[in-house]
Amino acid sequence: MVREIAIEMRGITKRFPRVVANDNVDFGVYKGEIHALVGENGAGKSTLMKILYGLYQKDSGQIFIRGREMDISSPSVAISQGIGMVHQHFMLIPPLTVAENVVLGQEPRKGKIFNDTKKAIQDVERLSKKYGLKVDAQAKVQDLSVGLEQRVEIIKVLYRGAEILILDEPTAVLTPQEVEELFNIMRSLKEEGKTIIFITHKLKEVMEISDWVTVMRDGKVAGIVETKKTTKEELAKMMVGREVLLRVEKNPPQIRGVVLEVKDLEAVNDRGLSALRGVSFKIRAGEILGIAGVEGNGQTELIEALTGLRRLIRGKVTLWGKDITNASARKILESRIAHIPEDRHKRGLILDYSVENNLILGSHYRPPMTKGPRLNFKKISENALELIKRFDIRPADKEIQVNSLSGGNQQKTIVARELSRHPQLLIASQPTRGVDIGAIEFIHRKILEERDKGEAVLLVSAELSEVMSLSDRILVMYEGKIVGEVEPKKTSESDLGLMMAGAKSSDQVIRQSGDREFPDTPIS
Amino acid sequence: MDKREKLLEILSPVLAVVAAFLVGGIFILIIGQNPLFIYGKLFSGTLGNPYGIAQVLFKATPLIFTGLAVAFAFRAGLFNIGAQGQLYMGAFLTAYLGFTLVNLPGFILIPLCILGGMIGGALWAAIPGILKAKRGAHEVITTIMMNFIALALTNYLVARHFHAPETVHTQAIAFSARIPRLSTIFPGLSGSPLNYSIFLALLACFIIYYILWKTSLGYELRAVGLNPFAAEYGGINIARSTILAMAISGALAGLVGVNYVMGYKYYFEQGFSGGVGFMGIAVALLGRNNPIGVILAALLFGLLSFGGLVINAYVPKELVDILQAIVIIFVIASSRPFREYLMRLKKRTLARGEQG
Ligand SMILES: Nc1ncnc2c1ncn2[C@@H]1O[C@H](COP(=O)(O)OP(=O)(O)OP(=O)(O)O)[C@@H](O)[C@H]1O
Ligand SMILES: [Mg+2]
Repeated sequence: MVREIAIEMRGITKRFPRVVANDNVDFGVYKGEIHALVGENGAGKSTLMKILYGLYQKDSGQIFIRGREMDISSPSVAISQGIGMVHQHFMLIPPLTVAENVVLGQEPRKGKIFNDTKKAIQDVERLSKKYGLKVDAQAKVQDLSVGLEQRVEIIKVLYRGAEILILDEPTAVLTPQEVEELFNIMRSLKEEGKTIIFITHKLKEVMEISDWVTVMRDGKVAGIVETKKTTKEELAKMMVGREVLLRVEKNPPQIRGVVLEVKDLEAVNDRGLSALRGVSFKIRAGEILGIAGVEGNGQTELIEALTGLRRLIRGKVTLWGKDITNASARKILESRIAHIPEDRHKRGLILDYSVENNLILGSHYRPPMTKGPRLNFKKISENALELIKRFDIRPADKEIQVNSLSGGNQQKTIVARELSRHPQLLIASQPTRGVDIGAIEFIHRKILEERDKGEAVLLVSAELSEVMSLSDRILVMYEGKIVGEVEPKKTSESDLGLMMAGAKSSDQVIRQSGDREFPDTPIS
Repeated sequence: MDKREKLLEILSPVLAVVAAFLVGGIFILIIGQNPLFIYGKLFSGTLGNPYGIAQVLFKATPLIFTGLAVAFAFRAGLFNIGAQGQLYMGAFLTAYLGFTLVNLPGFILIPLCILGGMIGGALWAAIPGILKAKRGAHEVITTIMMNFIALALTNYLVARHFHAPETVHTQAIAFSARIPRLSTIFPGLSGSPLNYSIFLALLACFIIYYILWKTSLGYELRAVGLNPFAAEYGGINIARSTILAMAISGALAGLVGVNYVMGYKYYFEQGFSGGVGFMGIAVALLGRNNPIGVILAALLFGLLSFGGLVINAYVPKELVDILQAIVIIFVIASSRPFREYLMRLKKRTLARGEQG
C-alpha cells in the first residue's frame, strides 16, 4: 500500500542566540496517522512545530506539504495549507462564548456587516458532534474547565479547515480522565482521515495513541520508530541517550515519630467557596505520604494552608507537637518545612531573577546569605555553584536568568533550593509536571533520598503512577475531604481512580481486594 | 537578558531622544524657523556657558527626586502617581520646621528640615500603601486622589494660617535653615539658584541603587515587584513591603522641598512645583527605572525646561512642551514590550518579502 505523505520537513536548521534548536532535522508524517514527537526538555520539539506552523522561520531546510514544497512564512499560510496548531497555553478570550471564540476572525456574515451568530453556533455544534467533542457552543469560555478549553482550541483549528493538527503537550494540563477523552477525540479525528502530530513527555501516552514516533535529542533526530515495534524503555533510551529507570527502586521505609499532624482543617478557595471540609491526617518521619485526587478537590488549598499561604478557618496544625496553625510563610520556612509548589512559574520562581538569586529565595534575609542589611554575594555565589553542581542544573551558569532555562532545569532549580533547606518535612506538589523523563527520574530519586534520610514527605500529584510508585501510604481527597487511605501495593490504579472520582470508599476497595496481589485487576 | 538585549535597553532611550529631536525639527520647520538654528541656540544657551549649565542642573534637581521616587516604587511593583502630592506635603513640613524652629543652629535645623520633608512625603505616600496592602485599593487611584487632597490642604494651610501678609506663600525660613548656593564658591554661576541639593539628589540615587541591588531589602522589594506570588511563597511579607516601598518613594518625592524651600525661595508657595511630580513619571520611564538612567533623564528634561526659556525669543515656548511630549511618546514606543511587538511585525513582513 502506498501511503500518502502529509508532511515532510528536510534538513531543517534553526539557530537561537544561545543554541541550535533544530540541527538538520528530517521529519515526516503520513496522512491519517497519529505521530508522536518526543524528547527531553529543550530538545527542539516546539521549535520544529512552530516552524511548520509559520511562527518561526527556518534558517535552512525545506518543507513539503502533500508533496509540494511550501514556504510557510506565517501562520496564515500554514492555515491555508490545512495545518492547525493547539498551543500549550491557550489563546482564548474568556468573556466570549465558545462559538464566538471559534469563529473569531472568520465570522460568518449576514449581509456585509452583521455576524451571523446562529450560523456560528450551528457550525460549532456540528463540528462538536462529528468528533465527539461535547462542548456547549453557547457557554462562556471563562466557565469552562481546562480540558474543555482545550477542546474549544481543537474546534477552532478544525473550523479553519485543518487536515493536519499539531498538539503541543496537550495532556500536560489534563487529568487522567480528560486524557482518555482527548484520546477518544484524537481517534475519531484519525478515522476521519486527519493527521495528528502529538507532543508529549509521557511515554505511556505515546504507546497508547500513536502510530509512529520521532525522537529528538539536542536539536537532532535521534530516531524514528513504529510504535508497535518499540517499547517505553527503548524510547526513553533514545531520548536521554542512556538507560533510564522507568520504575523507582525503593527501600522499605524506616518510619519514626509523627512529624506533622493536622486536625479538622477547614479553608475556603479564592472564590470564597469551601475547599477544605475537615481534613485530618498524620505524617511520620521516614515516610512518603501521597495525596491522590482529581485536581480541584482541595489539594491546592491544603498545601497552601500548610505552607502559610492561605488562612485556615478552623483546625489545628502541629509540627513535632508544636502548634504552627496559620503561621506565616516565613515561620514555616524557618521551621524547616520545604515546599515544591505546583505551579513553578507562579509561585516557585522569580523568572527575571538569576539562578543564584532564585536559589536563595526564602533564606535571602538572614545569614549566611546576608551580612547585616547587605546581601552576602560571596556566599550566594558559593551556594549557587554548589547546588548547580549537585543538582546538575544546565547550563551551569549561576547568573543566567531562570527565564531562559528549559522547564526541566527550572524545576531542578526549585528542587535544589528546597532540599538545600535541610527540611524535616518536604511538601512536594506536582514535582514533575511538564519535565522530561530524565528529570523525572532525578527528582524521584531525590525525593526518595530525603525520605531515607528520615524526613517526612507529603506528595501531591495528579499523576497516578507517580503517587503509586513513590508513596508509602496514599490518602484520597475528594471534595475537600479525605475519603480514604490505601496502601499502594494493595491497590490498583483503576480502584484509586474510582476513589478519586468519589465512587468508592477505601473500605470497599480494601474489602473487595482482600489480600490479592495487584496491579491492575479491575473490580467490577 | 543577553548582552544584545541589554545594549538595546540602553540604546533605545537614546535613539528615542534622537528621533524626538528629528520630529521636533519638523515642527520648527512648520513654524517657519530653521531647526538647526533653533537647536543650536537651545544647546549653546543651556550647555554653552556656566550659567546655563547651572540652570539645567537646578531644573534637574527636583526631577531627580521625583523620577527616583517613581522609579523606586515601580521596581517594587507600585505605580506611584502621587509624587506631586507627596512633594507638597514634604515641602510644607520642611518650610514649617524652617520658620518655626528659628532658634536652632544650622547643623541641627538643616538635617531636621530635610528629615521633615522626607517624613512628610513618606507619611503621605504610606497612606495609599496601607490602603493597598490592607484593603487592596489600587495605588493609581488612591495616589491621584491624595494629590488633590495634598494640594488643597497645603493651599488651605498657607492661605488660612501661615501666609506672609499680601502673599500666597509662607513667611521665610530661618537663615540657619538655608542651603548655600553653588555660586557662593563658583562666582561664574551667579544668578542661578543651583544649590547643594543637587548633591543630595545624587546621593539619593546612589543610596537607592544600593538598597535595590545590594541589600536583602532590595531583593525583597524587587521580588515583590516581579512576582508577588513567588515573593509571598518565599516568606516575604507583601503588605510590609508595599507600605515600605511607598513610604520610601514618598520620602524621595518629599525632598523636592529641600531644593525649592531651603535652597531657592526660602518659603513654601502655593502650587510651587508646577508639574514636577508628574514629570517624575516621564523621567522614570525614560531612565528605565534605573537610578543612573533617572539622573540622565532628569538632566535631559532639565535641559529642555531651561532651554525653552532660551529659545523663547524665536519660537513659542510651547514648542518645548511639544518636544518633551514627543520624547515621552518615543520613549514609550521604544520600551521592551513594544519593541518585541515591532520585531514580530518586522519578521512577518520580511518573510513576506522573501516569498513574494
Ligand atoms: N524564542 C527563543 N529564543 C531563544 N531560544 C529559544 C527560543 N525558543 C526556544 N529556544 C531554545 O531552543 C531550544 C529548543 O526549545 P524548544 O522549546 O523547541 O524545546 P522543546 O523540545 O519544546 O522543550 P520542552 O519539552 O521543554 O517544551 C531550547 O534550548 C530553548 O531554550
Ligand atoms: Mg515545547
